[in-house]
Amino acid sequence: MAAIPQDMILELESINKFFGGVHAVRDMSFSIQKGELAGLIGPNGAGKTTIFNLVTGVYSPDSGHITFLGEEITSLKSYQVIRKGVARTFQNLRLFQRSSALENVMVAMQQHHQYSFLEGLSHLGRWSSMEREIKQRSLDILDRVGLIERAHQAAGTLPYGMQRRLEIGRALALEPEFLLLDEPAAGMNPEEVFELNHLIQGIHRDFMLTILVIEHHMDVIMQICPHIICMNFGAKIAEGDPDDIQVHPEVLKAYLGEEVEE
Amino acid sequence: MSGYTEGIIILLCINAIAAMGVSVLTGFTGIFSLGHAGYMAVGAYTTAILTVEYGVHYIPAILLGGAMAMVIAYVIGVPTLKLMGDYYAIASIGLGEAIRLILENWQSVTRGARGYPGIEGYTTLYVSLAFFAVMAFGMFNLINSRFGRAFKACRDDYIAASLLGFNTARYRILSLVISAFYCGVAGALLGGFLSFIQPIMFDMIKSTELTSVVVFGGLGSMSGTLLGASIITLVTELFRPISQYRMLIYGAILVLIMVIRPEGIMGQYELGPRLFRRLKDKFSFRNRDNSEGRSS
Repeated sequence: MAAIPQDMILELESINKFFGGVHAVRDMSFSIQKGELAGLIGPNGAGKTTIFNLVTGVYSPDSGHITFLGEEITSLKSYQVIRKGVARTFQNLRLFQRSSALENVMVAMQQHHQYSFLEGLSHLGRWSSMEREIKQRSLDILDRVGLIERAHQAAGTLPYGMQRRLEIGRALALEPEFLLLDEPAAGMNPEEVFELNHLIQGIHRDFMLTILVIEHHMDVIMQICPHIICMNFGAKIAEGDPDDIQVHPEVLKAYLGEEVEE
Repeated sequence: MSGYTEGIIILLCINAIAAMGVSVLTGFTGIFSLGHAGYMAVGAYTTAILTVEYGVHYIPAILLGGAMAMVIAYVIGVPTLKLMGDYYAIASIGLGEAIRLILENWQSVTRGARGYPGIEGYTTLYVSLAFFAVMAFGMFNLINSRFGRAFKACRDDYIAASLLGFNTARYRILSLVISAFYCGVAGALLGGFLSFIQPIMFDMIKSTELTSVVVFGGLGSMSGTLLGASIITLVTELFRPISQYRMLIYGAILVLIMVIRPEGIMGQYELGPRLFRRLKDKFSFRNRDNSEGRSS
């Protein structure tokens, strides 16, 4: 096998995943370059979220290899994958509902500011300086995603669009190199989608992140992603730039159905 | 101060320490336990044996009692904490009862069901207050640190927590071990207060009482736990003259609280500036509503 180029951030190699008798992911291979803003599309049930769960260690594949920055991560546990520099959001929001927006971000931010147990117990040593830094940097993140005014509001009581942005903020607080966004536009109105596109492009540029977005709203993906992977029934059916994808016969078939000969 | 008042204060301190231990596990990490009296028993017996048989000074003996409870909690916790939710609660009943039965039947060391007499009365008012103050200080600090946030993250959504880089299994064990230490120390202090311990004192009723105190005070509120422990201890003491109705009143209070305020006395809030701010918000709700109505 050829050596992996240095600028490859994520590589999937013939991944298969079964759930009982369901072949959820079939021989899936693709790779994401460092600094890309890529999109993963497909109809409902195509296996997009399963791909995310495989990459982030929620499931482990039945066969195949996943490589992150040249390192094999196929059998790592979720928290180990995250510590390598991956962050993700969830299709069905998984915020800590009862905690404030600020606390939601702080709990992620603290991963990079770890004082010892004794310092936590006594509030001596690095506790105060680190807690101050965690709080300040979390407020900066909230400001970036436009939630600074809601910092002390319980996450569960925020409007839906704001909860989506808070999840992106919480993922950013992990200071990842690679960000996976699972249907960030789900349930948003067109105005919110517009703002969201702007936010995603903004963080991609400002944080020098590599981003992979799942969407089944074609318009979102087509606008912001130069590299698109399309899947259906667990397998990759097309890959390319928006112009290729839009006219690709397999993609049209997946979304619009096949023409029936009469 | 009369001996009786002193006794009540000592009991308050002991119950509060044990309740804080259960609170960090149940209220903050979301793991229900119905066997924590077992860890109190381990602490009580370890300290009693160390002071009586080996003449160890009571302060290191109490700490060793707590440490022994931690060790046992760790050994038990590694395999059983893989169980989630109600399953661990069921397992913990068995664990608590197993510890009690071992103490009851290990005649040569624990003197069995007749109990362990002749413990030095080291738990004076000042000793219990000092232990309470130091341990409460540590506990409140801990829940206001990255560890407290991590526990709460594991409680609210362990999948989200592990996808934020937390080794949730490790934090669950950490929380159990801390809670066992608190219960172990509380057990050790109880032994020094009564000068006599018996396995039956640490049965499932005691475990249930510890967990109900925490639920009563509010899951996820340490000051609620202290309030709950105080109320339950005082109720049990104040109604001592009509002792045959005591459990009836105790039960009625628990039922009332669960009906009127199922989230516990304090909910998840702590006594402090944040609660004050929240109450203020609540009372000025009408004004805020109006101003929002105008602006939109």
